[in-house]
Amino acid sequence: MSFKLYNYVLSGNCYKVRLFAGVLGINYDSIAVDFHPGQEHKSDDLMQLNPAGTLPIMIADDLVLTETSAMLIWMASKFDSDNTWWPATDAAKTAAIVQWLGFSSDLTSTIGEARLHTMLNRDVKIEKALADGIVALRRIEAQLTEQGLRGGAWLVGESPTIADIACFPYVALAPDAGLEHDDYPAIRNWLYAIRSLSGFVTMPGIHEVHELRNEGD
Amino acid sequence: MAGLERAKEDWYPIAIAGSTVDGEQLDTSLLGINITLHGDKDREISVTADGNNLPVQTRYDHVWTTFSENPRPLFDIPEADEAGRVLVPCGVVRVKCSPLRAVENFLDIAHFPFVHTDVLGAEPHTEVEPYDVKIDETIDEVIATKVKFFQPQAAKSAGDGIVTDYVYRVAAPMVSILYKTCPPKPGSQDVITLFVQPLDEETCNVWPWMALYDYENSMADMISFQQMIFVQDRSILENQLPRKLPLDPKMEIPTRADMTSIAYRRWLKRGGAIYGALTEAV
Ligand SMILES: N[C@H](CCC(=O)N[C@@H](CS)C(=O)NCC(=O)O)C(=O)O
Ligand SMILES: [Fe+2]
Repeated sequence: MSFKLYNYVLSGNCYKVRLFAGVLGINYDSIAVDFHPGQEHKSDDLMQLNPAGTLPIMIADDLVLTETSAMLIWMASKFDSDNTWWPATDAAKTAAIVQWLGFSSDLTSTIGEARLHTMLNRDVKIEKALADGIVALRRIEAQLTEQGLRGGAWLVGESPTIADIACFPYVALAPDAGLEHDDYPAIRNWLYAIRSLSGFVTMPGIHEVHELRNEGD
Repeated sequence: MAGLERAKEDWYPIAIAGSTVDGEQLDTSLLGINITLHGDKDREISVTADGNNLPVQTRYDHVWTTFSENPRPLFDIPEADEAGRVLVPCGVVRVKCSPLRAVENFLDIAHFPFVHTDVLGAEPHTEVEPYDVKIDETIDEVIATKVKFFQPQAAKSAGDGIVTDYVYRVAAPMVSILYKTCPPKPGSQDVITLFVQPLDEETCNVWPWMALYDYENSMADMISFQQMIFVQDRSILENQLPRKLPLDPKMEIPTRADMTSIAYRRWLKRGGAIYGALTEAV
């Protein structure tokens, strides 16, 4: 196996890794963690692996990774022989990608938190999380609109990168928190493009592109 | 409000047993009324509404309460006490839909191939064979039997695709129980339930609970499996309009797969259990 993943089925951050593994076509060992209701990610054993008490945790060769950005870069560097998902030698692109990887944490702390509240009853300052979530969605919408004017469909450059993988989950899951996609046409097209990638995998709340399969049913 | 008095006669789940600590207070809502759960010494719990104590009992790994001094008895799940079963409370999932819609969706197998693709159903196996549904007047429950469906992965413990046998029970307006083929223990049945806490007529907390024969998978694996299934339903449920469950027969076109849901709606209407229902065509 390529790596081991401490995984929770409803976690958008764990899904980044599951999705990228699907797209790259690699297998891995998944260990289910009882995040809700058991709070197992805060247990002594897991806190020892990741003192931040978050998921996912990846055991990759001799590394213990607890940041999804690091996981995505490691996976791309190791398994993407074309170097398109993480174009390591392109200074401008990698810098822009890392900007979006950072931004994806803001998605976790806004839309992700709001979703924990609306879906799993987590005690969260919901008004603020939702308001900041809308700001984050607008930011992505603006970037994708600009890219569209240049003929691109992705956050950075002309092809999908780990920036798209990192930002996709919580943008796609926004309706779980009550934030619909209706007002964001560029986001809707981008979500569709990602869902159409070969090797795409679903998670609860994120569906396959049925339109392609059952046209006219 | 329509159905509120009837709804107040039932018991509802509001927490997982043992999940609150001494001194902890948890505010929630039930039938549109604010209530507070007080964690207490020795894990004894009290529930208050407007300062008054409500009846409380702990059963099936959950804390239950009711507004009635003289409530209907809590339904019986004898399997809960069978030695050897693993009891799995799966945690709460909040859904913006009528509590009755959550129950109704649970009774419907026709959506399996489309919503739980490659797990509880798969194309081209979309046909639902005829089965029996009845309203059992003596115990006042809706019961569907001889339900059969092809499932690629019927449970976390299932290896390959199997034809699963189901029995469904609606034991209270907001409680649905199913019995299904238990992959690792032929002849026995897994029990899976939805206990629904009506926050108001259009929002609910759903507390899935299971009593399984599964010694292979970890608790986290079993909980994840059930949460995956239920959250797939959640995104469908939140998009159903109207949010309340229509009870007027003119508002739906019955198909065979929907027989349980038709019986359920009829039973609700007959019993006046219309909290969370739409009783007139809109
Ligand atoms: N380590 C960061 C954060 C990951 C994160 O926040 N994960 C969420 C789950 S999606 C979590 O574990 N939250 C802990 C909690 O909410 O208790 C990353 O990898 O991007
Ligand atoms: Fe379902």
